[in-house]
Amino acid sequence: MSETALDPARAPVAARPQTPFQRIVSNFCEDRLAVFGLVLVLAALFVAIFAPLISPQDPFDIGALDLLDAKSPPGTVSGDGKITYWLGTDGQARDMMSAIFYGMRLSLFVGFTSVIAALGIGIVVGLVAAYAGGRIDALLMRVVDIMLSFPAILVALILLSVLGKGIDKVLIALILVQWAYFARAARAAALVERNKEYVEAAHCLALPAGRIVFRHMLPNCLPSLIVIATITLARAIALEATLSFLGVGVPVTQPSLGMLISNGFEFLMSGSYWISFFPGIALAIAIIGINLAGDHLRDVLNPRNLR
Amino acid sequence: MLVYIIRRLMQAALVMVVMSALVFAGIYLIGDPVAMMISPDASEIERDAVRAALGLDRPLWRQYLVFMNAALHGDFGKSFLAGQPAMQLIFERMPATMELVFLSLVIALGLGLPMGVYAGLRPKSIGAKTIMTGSILGFSLPNFWVGLMLIMVFAVLLPDLVPWWPRLPASGRGTTVSVLGVNLSLFTGDGLLHLLLPAITLALYKGALIVRLARATAREVLPMDYVKFARAKGLSERRVVGVHVLKNIMIPIATVSGLEFGQSVAFAVITETVFAWPGMGKLLIDSILLLDRPVVVAYLMIIVVFFVVLNLLVDLLYSVLDPRVRLESRAA
Repeated sequence: MSETALDPARAPVAARPQTPFQRIVSNFCEDRLAVFGLVLVLAALFVAIFAPLISPQDPFDIGALDLLDAKSPPGTVSGDGKITYWLGTDGQARDMMSAIFYGMRLSLFVGFTSVIAALGIGIVVGLVAAYAGGRIDALLMRVVDIMLSFPAILVALILLSVLGKGIDKVLIALILVQWAYFARAARAAALVERNKEYVEAAHCLALPAGRIVFRHMLPNCLPSLIVIATITLARAIALEATLSFLGVGVPVTQPSLGMLISNGFEFLMSGSYWISFFPGIALAIAIIGINLAGDHLRDVLNPRNLR
Repeated sequence: MLVYIIRRLMQAALVMVVMSALVFAGIYLIGDPVAMMISPDASEIERDAVRAALGLDRPLWRQYLVFMNAALHGDFGKSFLAGQPAMQLIFERMPATMELVFLSLVIALGLGLPMGVYAGLRPKSIGAKTIMTGSILGFSLPNFWVGLMLIMVFAVLLPDLVPWWPRLPASGRGTTVSVLGVNLSLFTGDGLLHLLLPAITLALYKGALIVRLARATAREVLPMDYVKFARAKGLSERRVVGVHVLKNIMIPIATVSGLEFGQSVAFAVITETVFAWPGMGKLLIDSILLLDRPVVVAYLMIIVVFFVVLNLLVDLLYSVLDPRVRLESRAA
């Protein structure tokens, strides 16, 4: 907390005390690399949200594709002269730029949804384990230990080999491999909070356990969980791309970025590099942006760095 | 200690039973392997004959019991496609994966350690900053895409543009030589060339991790008294860094490398698919896509055993290295 907030006498007359949120924002903006990362993330988000509006072509409309334009290198003007393929076209004459926009939409959707759901499950499991303690705690944490002792990619792969293809199935697999990270982190944070005075005070007021856990302890556990969520988000996006590349992820009809890269694989040897190259760059932009921003967010949200 | 190990092993057995049942039931519900194996215009009688031959006409729980009984005797059934025992199929492919993982670990350590130590010694130099930014890329870039790009550059673009540039092979194992009854690419020139690109791809993530770890540890060790004393004795900088600093860096590096070995075996699934490397990871992907149930289940069992043993070893090693870690209390 800054000095001005604690001591109004020393504060300049016009300046209002900084809220925690303002402090976080101003601390975050000090690091140029982190801001750069945030810009990358926002660009990816913009593209993902407005994909239908800014794409030159609808990549799902097979009727609009002209097979004569297939595998055009970047910068080619389409056969009917209407659009320029700035990033080339793939084997089905799809404009790569439009496909990447839509692919980003799907990749980010899968990433965000799975991380939010996993965060929710992890919070409930972690807080319940920390608050209940004893046997429930031991049992839940054993399950978490076992989940975390296997590499996420292998667990997701096996799960999807059972579940089959589809966006919903990829989501289920991603949630199942991610919740354990959040459960462990939430438990660790809650164990620290549980012994603090405000929890004791809440106990003295005879508040119900659910209210103490979710209204009092949870808000104080959130900062560290948000940091883990950003890093997990980057991993989730990469994991989805990998699964789609391996052929067990999203269906061919709804290409994510990983699927687009995979589609370009067969043309790589003949020199049509752009089909795999540009979706990979888009994927890298999203992941690097999240990692750069998340890396600095960890320092900003760390309570030890407050003073 | 003994109680702890027994507990862990029992837990592992339970995990294996649950996992095998889940996978067995799941794969059974999803796909019909018969549909993948015989032509679509085969008659229903032919289909039933194939089903009966594979034992697929019996109820699920019977199939599972038959499977478990055989599995306890080390028999995981025959691959539907290859007709060979699934276990044998996986063990045949294992050396290919292991030599790939091994070489990538050597590359990651051989390049990552000096780079990390250098970045720790001169944190403000341009070289160090380049290395650290590069390590973020190594973390962030999707592994399979890096593999594709390496193929593009070293197997397609560069040899096309520069006449004298050697075309690096992008798929397969090349010539293998039998060492103690195991076929290895590591000891032939052609095999080594084939290994190069996949090993570099696999080494990238691990290398980035080692760079960051080595840098952090080097920065921790450098201000220590014994380093100052070594310098005060008038030892050459080479000896100070090469012996006194490096020795202390190696402890965390060795631990992480051990843990990363398991991760690499998992990551090899991706690398092997990109480079058509005939290891057990490629076998797993092919078997999943073709619904070759026995191979998937056998692979899963091997991997569960592998990771349970690896985790147990790491935990035991911790308790040996750091007496403060008490295994008994954690097992309770």
